[in-house]
Amino acid sequence: MPISTPSTASAGVTGTWRTYKPVVNLQKCIDCGLCWLYCPESVIDWEKGQKVTIDYTFCKGCGICADVCPVKAIDMVPEGEL
Amino acid sequence: MSFRLDLLPKKKYVVPGNAACAGCGMMIGLKILGMALGEESVLVIPASCASVVQGLAPKSGVAMPILNVPFASSPAVATGISEAFKMLGVKGHAVVWAGDGGTADIGFAALSGAAERNSNIIYIMYDNEAYMNTGIQRSGSTPRTAWTTTTPTGKRERKKDVALLMAMHGVPYVATANIAYPQDFYRKLKRAAEIQGFKFIHLYTPCPPGWRFDPAKTVEVARLAVETGAWILWEYDNGVFKLNPPSTVYADKSKRRPLKDYLKLQGRFAHLTEEEIKALEEEVDAKWNTILKLAKL
Amino acid sequence: MKTLTVQRTALTGNYAVAYAVKMAKPHVIAAYPITPQTTIVEKLAEFVEKGELNASFVNVESEFSAMSVVYGAAMAGARAFTATSSHGLLYMYEAVWWTALSRAPVVMAVVTRTIGPPWNIHVEHNDILALRDSGWIIAMAETVQEAFDLTLQAFKIAETVVLPMAVGVDGFILSHATEPVEIPPQELVDKFLPPRRPDVPLALRPGNAITFGNLPSDNRIHARHKAAIYQAHQEAKAVITQVDREYGKMFGRGYQGLVEWYKASDAKYIAVCTGAWCSDAKDAVDALRERGVPIGLMRLRFIRPFPREEVEKLDQYDLVVVYDRDITPAGGILGIEVKSALRRAKVVNIIAGIAGVDFDNRNFYETLQRALEGKYRDVEVVI
Repeated sequence: MPISTPSTASAGVTGTWRTYKPVVNLQKCIDCGLCWLYCPESVIDWEKGQKVTIDYTFCKGCGICADVCPVKAIDMVPEGEL
Repeated sequence: MSFRLDLLPKKKYVVPGNAACAGCGMMIGLKILGMALGEESVLVIPASCASVVQGLAPKSGVAMPILNVPFASSPAVATGISEAFKMLGVKGHAVVWAGDGGTADIGFAALSGAAERNSNIIYIMYDNEAYMNTGIQRSGSTPRTAWTTTTPTGKRERKKDVALLMAMHGVPYVATANIAYPQDFYRKLKRAAEIQGFKFIHLYTPCPPGWRFDPAKTVEVARLAVETGAWILWEYDNGVFKLNPPSTVYADKSKRRPLKDYLKLQGRFAHLTEEEIKALEEEVDAKWNTILKLAKL
Repeated sequence: MKTLTVQRTALTGNYAVAYAVKMAKPHVIAAYPITPQTTIVEKLAEFVEKGELNASFVNVESEFSAMSVVYGAAMAGARAFTATSSHGLLYMYEAVWWTALSRAPVVMAVVTRTIGPPWNIHVEHNDILALRDSGWIIAMAETVQEAFDLTLQAFKIAETVVLPMAVGVDGFILSHATEPVEIPPQELVDKFLPPRRPDVPLALRPGNAITFGNLPSDNRIHARHKAAIYQAHQEAKAVITQVDREYGKMFGRGYQGLVEWYKASDAKYIAVCTGAWCSDAKDAVDALRERGVPIGLMRLRFIRPFPREEVEKLDQYDLVVVYDRDITPAGGILGIEVKSALRRAKVVNIIAGIAGVDFDNRNFYETLQRALEGKYRDVEVVI
């Protein structure tokens, strides 16, 4: 029986999909968790008190996190730029 | 029920690296479903975007038990699973996670049958308003005037209101929901899980490639749908219709944002004339009239 | 020691199936009525509502949903049963394939009925034979007693091989015909048919995050899965023979396994058929034997797995007359399949009794005679 089990990379290294990458300004970040809540890829990790980190291996660069951030602490930066 | 973000489960029910499009509205909904019922449900997924986002076997991009099933069969398969669980003494819910195509169109007979039988399932129709999995063809749930590949000059027919149709079956629980209002959706999932019988949730899930908008705007588009009154949050619980916040605010037409604010973000409506937008506004008003009358019953 | 008594009674084919299903103790039953299957469903509903059968009886709104419900139930670990005929089987056709390819051990009774248009409720085998490529195990009953026995055996075979199984009961001539039936004691049935293993083919349970059916990363995964089902059919032959032998020991009624040979060991000619009309064919064989004609009969009890090894033995006969109560543009289905397994024997394929046209022992006698006299083409449609 071909049975599947949960695993990252079920569609490959989806980080290669993006053309823009979200960069978090941790000083602006108010630790609200909205980007974590709305990220459709679960690549944002959040612990209250420790703010957020992003897993760039799989981030598809959709930009929802930047869009929902109430203090605009996330910038969508073109890939390849610093 | 209090909804503190930091107390929600951190487990990744949507697993990174899955096959969904960037910015997929449905995945946000799946996350919330996982947080609410992930450890106590078995999902039944018919042919749809949801089948594909699971990624490629032997890997799965969704960390919940899933049975993939034929397109028109999901209400019946879920009924079978639910009855089996009952007879075998297994605790848990059979939850259908189906698109608008599999629900409003090809699966409608089975849906109506399951509702009429009051089969003990939770049916969630995630609505991206077209057959997105096969490349953006119109469904019965596509709104009037929207561009799709099979309605290139705009759909002529009105959107089928599946949630209202389910309420008219007299089932124990029906609700509309929206991924921009996750706490409302979460509460409705928990409420459905408390009830025996047929529960239906119509979840609004914007689709960037299908609706032609920047994937960053998924949540914004979903929110505007409610703020302009195009999408109404309501609940039908044990025979009683009720509006849910913030749609309670938008019952007052003067509080609604102009429909244009919602339409202009989406390329599928780019061809609309002023007259057509006005006609759509009148349809929004007419739907509000119906819902408001029902809510007073 | 308690003596377990057998109950001797008279039942229609449909009621015999219903009683067998009741004794097999399924958890979930879902079926949509269609003539001539309806009385199976009605009887089961009665058993459930009277409290004689503790099962969930789901009143579905279509056959497609009927198969979908029992499929879901079986994948969740329950023992599940459905029944249909003709157009109902065609309506559930996608679900039928999905069920086999998922290896859900569902049992289904198919009360064979012709396919229209025009509307016609009488017997024909095209409906059940439409399952033959799907992976379902398929058996055909000759008598009401066998309809009962095959239904009980079906649960055991399906759950052992882990594939769904269909039992064919010919429309009206068996489904609605009353014949004597021996019903074994429940305790013996319980011994023959222990509870199903709920985690085979998979453990679909809340909290056990597995997925079945998502796209394969390599199509070979899918190909291997299909090849495994082909393999399962080959292995099923031994299982079926084993189950029949065990059944014979426990209940006093064995059926010779995949096929039944009738007066065949010293015959030079042989008729081949399946289903209820084989009784009529046996009558004709007896009459011909009385006139000194060395003729026998092979009855296919199982269409799938295809009993290749038994069918190959037909090569030793001087003439093989295959009767098909079905018709396709390429000839009779049994005729084609039997011929494909033979190297030298001459095969005459007689297509008869289709669309429910009556075909009795005299018709068998006459056509067998004419076949023996060389009066038929390779494929002969007799109406």
